[in-house]
Amino acid sequence: MVTTLLTIVGAAAALTAVATSGTPTDSSTLIDAQIVEIYVFLLAAFTGFQIITKVPPLLHTPLMAATNAISAISLVASIVLAGAERPLFINIMGMVAVAAATINVVGGFVITDRMLKMFKKTEAPK
Amino acid sequence: MIDQQLGALFVQLAYIGASAAFILGLRGLTKPDTARRGMQLAAVGMVLAIIGTLLNHEIVSYQFILIGLVVGTAIGLPMGLLVPMTAMPQRIAVSHMFGALAVTLVGIAEFIHYREAVGGPGVVKMVALGFETLFGALTITGSFMAFGKLQGFVTGRPVTFPGQKLVNAAVFLGAVALYAALVLTQSGGATGDAGLVMFGLMTVLALVIGVTLVLPIGGADMPVVVSLLNSYAGLAASATGFAIGNNILIVAGALDGASGFILSILMSKAMNRSFANVLFGAFGGEKAAASHKSAEGLTTRSVTPEDAAMRIGYARNVIVVPGYGMAVAQAQHAVRELAELIEKRGGRIRFAIHPVAGRMPGHMNVLLAEANVPYDHLFDLDEINGEFAACDVAIVIGANDVTNPAAKDDPGSPIYGMPILNVQDAEQVIVVKRGMATGFAGIENELFYLDKTSMLFGDAKSVITQVVAEIKAL
Repeated sequence: MVTTLLTIVGAAAALTAVATSGTPTDSSTLIDAQIVEIYVFLLAAFTGFQIITKVPPLLHTPLMAATNAISAISLVASIVLAGAERPLFINIMGMVAVAAATINVVGGFVITDRMLKMFKKTEAPK
Repeated sequence: MIDQQLGALFVQLAYIGASAAFILGLRGLTKPDTARRGMQLAAVGMVLAIIGTLLNHEIVSYQFILIGLVVGTAIGLPMGLLVPMTAMPQRIAVSHMFGALAVTLVGIAEFIHYREAVGGPGVVKMVALGFETLFGALTITGSFMAFGKLQGFVTGRPVTFPGQKLVNAAVFLGAVALYAALVLTQSGGATGDAGLVMFGLMTVLALVIGVTLVLPIGGADMPVVVSLLNSYAGLAASATGFAIGNNILIVAGALDGASGFILSILMSKAMNRSFANVLFGAFGGEKAAASHKSAEGLTTRSVTPEDAAMRIGYARNVIVVPGYGMAVAQAQHAVRELAELIEKRGGRIRFAIHPVAGRMPGHMNVLLAEANVPYDHLFDLDEINGEFAACDVAIVIGANDVTNPAAKDDPGSPIYGMPILNVQDAEQVIVVKRGMATGFAGIENELFYLDKTSMLFGDAKSVITQVVAEIKAL
């Protein structure tokens, strides 16, 4: 499990380094970058499958809340839109996107924690 | 220049750290005792990703970012802290909507941006942008409809009209055709507004698809819908990653997509639907017509709470089967009291949870956990189905179709083949129910007419409270 993870992180790091080297106008680099992205997607999807099939039905609602919070990572793209040098209306769209994604990040992690806090084992008899 | 490279390296390192935190965090969720810490780790990963992004060299001003973060937190924090556990399905549905809204806005803005760049977005980026916006937009309205159905301001009954399938197919094909055209024509040509019009029209059609997809689906099918929308939201986020060349988005989106996909498969299996049937959204509606076994000539036996208390109070081995009816009646706390009482009297109590009990995957587990039922008392279908034969009393509370033996022995039944809880194997069955109405599948449940079955009619919460009082008086 941990080795799988390390492999993936390592591969992602190496591939990112390859992908970000070279000038963006170089078309072969661009294609390389896109191939790398497909690798990253596949590896992450496989890892996700492996882990998530092991999540017991008991925790399926927290799982859903958690993955929802994690997928609010689109916040990252929204932040760039809101802050980059773009036309004003784009910045404003970015701002709305930041707000929407932040609702999920904050609300999602808080609610997941609230749920997980409730799951308790039978207390050992004193 | 060196500063910029160093900055970019730091951003990438932050993203790699965040990816690892997400994956390890989800791994924590495979066990109840490690789940909480795992999710805290994932939250740290998210903070890391945000800090990394704020250092991105493209960012020139922070006021819009700050406003967005503050507004989002001001809405998200109270939502996270205050939403009651009973409203969890709605909250999940509405959060899919917010996630999809962010993704769609990014898709539209990036499309406009790339069109102005030299050479346009190019084929590959256009594929990603189109996918992102298509799935994002349909998830916005789809989730909103699901939210409406769960919250009750949109009817929970399937809404159908003549020619619905045709209309749906036309809208869907229209959106796909526009998507394909955008990809093939290099986003509608570098000059002129044709591309913008096509993109706008595609987005609008996708919004319509979201509505038409969920409208014909009934309330009991919501576990499938919510899982599916979860998966769509993830895939759209992943597509965003492809569109802007950002690996953390690809990774997190893929994790979410995989999770939603797995849950959809599990839910459709538990509902006896083929996965293809679910993928194409062709569920709901059709089966409502079938009510082929009538209950004529059959009689049920109704009991009073006193009778039920006698049977339950002296039972050694009790299994409770909760369903959506328990959630509606808010009976979970009364049920927990009953469970504690049985244990105090030396009996054994367990809960049998069907995968699609309730309105979302794992709904019953959360409600019972909130009512302080220890999770080692909760069992899923495979774990408990062999145990019914050895149990003295099975108590069915607000569940119906998931206990119907017709799923096993009546090939003509619309639910034939659906995995059910083997309640009929118990020595005695007590069914707590408001009346003799059929379940969502619209069919009679033979379980209710068995000799060993007693019907305890009434509101689950008040009936169980009465039973508890009676057992105390034994």
